[in-house]
Amino acid sequence: MSILPLDDNMTQEPTRRARLVVGPADAASITETVCAITERPRPPAAWYAAFAMSAAATGMLFAAIGYLIATGVGVLGNNSPVFWAWPIVNFVFWIGIGHAGTLISAILFLFRQRWRTGINRFAEAMTVFAVACAGIFPAVHVGRVWVVYWLAPYPNQMGVWPNFRSPLLWDVVAISTYGTVSVLFWYLGMIPDLATLRDRAISWWRRIVYGLFALGWRGSAAQWHRFEWAYLLLAALATPLVLSVHSVVSFDFAVSQLPGWHSTIFPPYFVAGAIFSGCAMVVTLAVPARSLFGLKSLITMRHLDNMNRLILGTSLLVAYAYLIELFMAWYGGNQYEAFAQLNRALGPYAWAYWLMVACNVLAPQLFWFPKCRTTPWLMWVIAVLVNVGMWLERFVIIVASLGRDFLPSSWGMFRPTAVDVMMLAGSFGLFCTLFLLFCRYLPMVAMAEVKGVVPPHLGSNGVQ
Amino acid sequence: MLQPEHHHDDSPPVVGILAEFDGPVTLKAAATGLRQVGYAKFEAYSPYPVHGLYEVMGRKRTTLPRLVLAGGITGCLVALLLQWWTNAIDYPYWISGKPLFSLPANIPITFELLILLGALAAFGGVMVFCNLPQLYHPIFGCVKFRQSSTDTFFLAVDADDPRFDETATADLLRSLGAESSELYRQPRTVKRIPGMIPATAALVAALALLPPLWIAQVRYARKTSPRIHPILDMDFQPKYLPQQYSPLFKDTRDMRPRVAGAVSVDAIIGHVHLLRGEVDSPPADTFPMPVTSEMMLRGRRRYDIFCTTCHGLAGDGDGITSQLAFEREEPKWVKPLSLHDQPVLGQPVGQLYQTITHGIRTMPSYRSQIPVEDRWAIVLYVRALQRSRNATMDDVPGELKKHLKSIEQSDAGIPNAKP
Repeated sequence: MSILPLDDNMTQEPTRRARLVVGPADAASITETVCAITERPRPPAAWYAAFAMSAAATGMLFAAIGYLIATGVGVLGNNSPVFWAWPIVNFVFWIGIGHAGTLISAILFLFRQRWRTGINRFAEAMTVFAVACAGIFPAVHVGRVWVVYWLAPYPNQMGVWPNFRSPLLWDVVAISTYGTVSVLFWYLGMIPDLATLRDRAISWWRRIVYGLFALGWRGSAAQWHRFEWAYLLLAALATPLVLSVHSVVSFDFAVSQLPGWHSTIFPPYFVAGAIFSGCAMVVTLAVPARSLFGLKSLITMRHLDNMNRLILGTSLLVAYAYLIELFMAWYGGNQYEAFAQLNRALGPYAWAYWLMVACNVLAPQLFWFPKCRTTPWLMWVIAVLVNVGMWLERFVIIVASLGRDFLPSSWGMFRPTAVDVMMLAGSFGLFCTLFLLFCRYLPMVAMAEVKGVVPPHLGSNGVQ
Repeated sequence: MLQPEHHHDDSPPVVGILAEFDGPVTLKAAATGLRQVGYAKFEAYSPYPVHGLYEVMGRKRTTLPRLVLAGGITGCLVALLLQWWTNAIDYPYWISGKPLFSLPANIPITFELLILLGALAAFGGVMVFCNLPQLYHPIFGCVKFRQSSTDTFFLAVDADDPRFDETATADLLRSLGAESSELYRQPRTVKRIPGMIPATAALVAALALLPPLWIAQVRYARKTSPRIHPILDMDFQPKYLPQQYSPLFKDTRDMRPRVAGAVSVDAIIGHVHLLRGEVDSPPADTFPMPVTSEMMLRGRRRYDIFCTTCHGLAGDGDGITSQLAFEREEPKWVKPLSLHDQPVLGQPVGQLYQTITHGIRTMPSYRSQIPVEDRWAIVLYVRALQRSRNATMDDVPGELKKHLKSIEQSDAGIPNAKP
């Protein structure tokens, strides 16, 4: 094998395996790079600025939720005929964001894509935080939050059980399973790295706190053997799970009889859209994080290039779904379905539809050009556009379909209230707050996994 | 280098020897060597998984996959049983005539629970099989061992191994490629948790019992003041109920007396008897219209349509709704009164009319479904039902009386009733 330059892993020659870590990296330097982020006395000034803003937005979110609960759901814009409005748009958006994390950590693991090691940890963190943000919305918009436990099957004096054949209950079970499994997967993978932080700890409190969370991990052969099995099995469980979760979310719509919702293409269409938006969120977070925390040797340009290719690929899938929806509306010959699709493209929410097409279909086409896939600021802008586009997609599906249903006499427009807007902005605040805390206090890169894939002549006599 | 060391009485017992290696290849070779010599109780430590290491150490493969399979199967069965029992047996949901339990509609929950219990088994299993959490281990006493999670590879031979010898084992490890080795011991002093911490924890735990106790006390105690009402739902609405205070009016009553000189609608229409079933305030004892056989037939048809579902064809309170409610043991169902018992028997016709008009107890008002004349017709039919049930032979007209008597005398005993 010919020697490749240390700092370039962008080669496309099929006979050569590109480096997964660039620069003169070995196990010690990888540990130092990742641990230093949490061990330095103070984070960068930009961290403080971002944290102040996102913490304020989080405060706003909880203030809005408090106001909502104290006053009633009337403070939201949901009203006849658009009863599922902003909160469900946000819910589907955030759940979708999470899917790329599981794709990277579980699906790429099963496919032995070793480049995932650089980004899987923070993609998984993104999943966990996105699910947390998503879970808030359906919970608070049900009206009487204090009886939300009625969703759970428990013996009660009313003598009633939940209806397990309702897609809404499938949704509850799928999302809570997804949240639980994501947290377990994330935490299990982090235990060896938490042990590294514990072993490097100088201060008493770091040793205690990281020591408690590392659970006494020693890295013995017996532990690694079981750890690897558990990791593989969790990946094998999480892979069908992630495909099922957004399928179940799409059932909320597809199982109903509303034109524009009642469609068999929804499950794959939603899953593709979820991975599309999640990959865009990974790029949105990775570009600033890798330069702010000096992780360019571990989260390399090739990682970003790969993510951008995934965005391009899933963008084409989503575009195909948009086209098939239009085609089926025409080919199916159902006048309500045809109207629903025409209404999306030409009706009162046409602006949202065409903005969605521009963001989700047109903007990612720039990723055909290698230059665009490797220019950080440009890919960041495109990724943000994709995030906007995917939010609009859910808005178009939900609001445009509900606003114009079978009876013209019951048509209506949805207008968000200030509380709606505050809750959306606040959920971004919560997400960023959790992510910034994660960057500062937890190992952002899966060190133990990256050490296993450093080039052989650089690692301490190891072979892969 | 290992210092030759003798076991003094004051130094704590040796736990084992920790030897450092410079990489996974030498570590694996050394583990193979140790095993060949016959060592069994030793452990290898690495900063990342070294594939094949566990196998050369001759250890048994983990049973974790089987545990996860068991977890998945359990989840699957639990989900199916839960859905079948709750939705088809204990609280059947009838939805558009679909079967109460059918696999396709129950797949999503089954699938998710399968995954959930499988994942919990995987995580719980790895914790149990790895002995985690295990916050203390003697090997943490070696300062050098802290490098093991960064970039250093170690072999640790237990002092329990029958072949263990402080010097010979160290020499063997060196010959197998160890860069250095050292003995590690039980800690000399065991750091105990300061007594204050468990005492504080116990105190906090005891104090934590107070709020639930207080809640329980408040829940079951008798008090003269109203209960605390933390969740309002819609229990207090800004509206006036009868007999309430209102600051809007001088007399502070929210129920307004009739404005002086006002004339009631009934008074204008004048059909108090017909519309309200009243004659000078008490329920009327008479019908407001002439009673005819057409009215009786009309009343029977209306009764069959509107009343039989609950009251039954003969007015015994055994209509199909009532029967179904009893079959299903509906907790809230109150069987309608039989029309042939007191107090219904003693009620004047005006009161029966009022019951149909306004409803009573769980019986709703039929004012909007049944027109006034039909309500009176139903009352008439109800009277006929009551009369026929409590009739004596004297009430039967002449020719029929003979016919009835002939039936009574015959042996058949089966009434051959002809209309």
